[in-house]
Amino acid sequence: MSGQTKFSVSVQAADFEVGVELDRLRTAAEAAAANHEGNEGKAAASVGAIASFVGHVRSRAGDESIAALELEHYPGMTEKSLTDILARAAERWPLAGGRVIHRYGRLEAGAQIVLVAIASAHRGDAFAACEFVMDFLKTEAPFWKKEEGSSGARWVDARDSDQTAAARWQV
Amino acid sequence: MQIRLRYFASLRERLGLEMEDLMIVGGATVGSVRASLLERGGEWAALADVRRIRAAHNQQMCGEEVVLDDGDELAFLPPVTGG
Repeated sequence: MSGQTKFSVSVQAADFEVGVELDRLRTAAEAAAANHEGNEGKAAASVGAIASFVGHVRSRAGDESIAALELEHYPGMTEKSLTDILARAAERWPLAGGRVIHRYGRLEAGAQIVLVAIASAHRGDAFAACEFVMDFLKTEAPFWKKEEGSSGARWVDARDSDQTAAARWQV
Repeated sequence: MQIRLRYFASLRERLGLEMEDLMIVGGATVGSVRASLLERGGEWAALADVRRIRAAHNQQMCGEEVVLDDGDELAFLPPVTGG
């Protein structure tokens, strides 16, 4: 993807390659920092940390084995929601860049579902912002999972623990 | 005035409906539209729990007090489970 800005969001059916995405994020974040500071050497050093989270389809839910998930979303609102969450993270921490990819459609057990990657000068901000984005993605972004288990297909229930995780950021 | 209603995931399946257009009167709110849908009875009772089935106005989460305008999109969303 050429011309990727330092904060970007994709909602897609296709799989993604984490290494490629992290390289792109680093390149975009460094280019943006270089533009901003007008000093490439100094800018390159300014992206000292990239923290990332990759979510996968679990193969079990309780006692039941899960063959696959069907992921539904609200096209348009999903992208707006993820973009907004990244922007809120960037207001809270000094971030050099961020990338969110979320897949939809049928995803088999073990498949990658979501990537959140955050670039910053230091690890503390990158770790925190990555977790912040993931917590709000889970409670705000309009995605719904339907599990195909051994006893049939059913919609996954929202978990109170996800609300608790988002609430601790006290926004 | 006419708005577009959209239903997602478990709610869409329960209602057997993905979207519909609805005529509304001036001053109609998210809450008044929800109340009129509840009057349909049967499976529409799913919309009764305001805290569980949230509303999105033009693709942004909203409260029940939001006033609707011609051409608006109003979606009803079950609790999200992405990530």
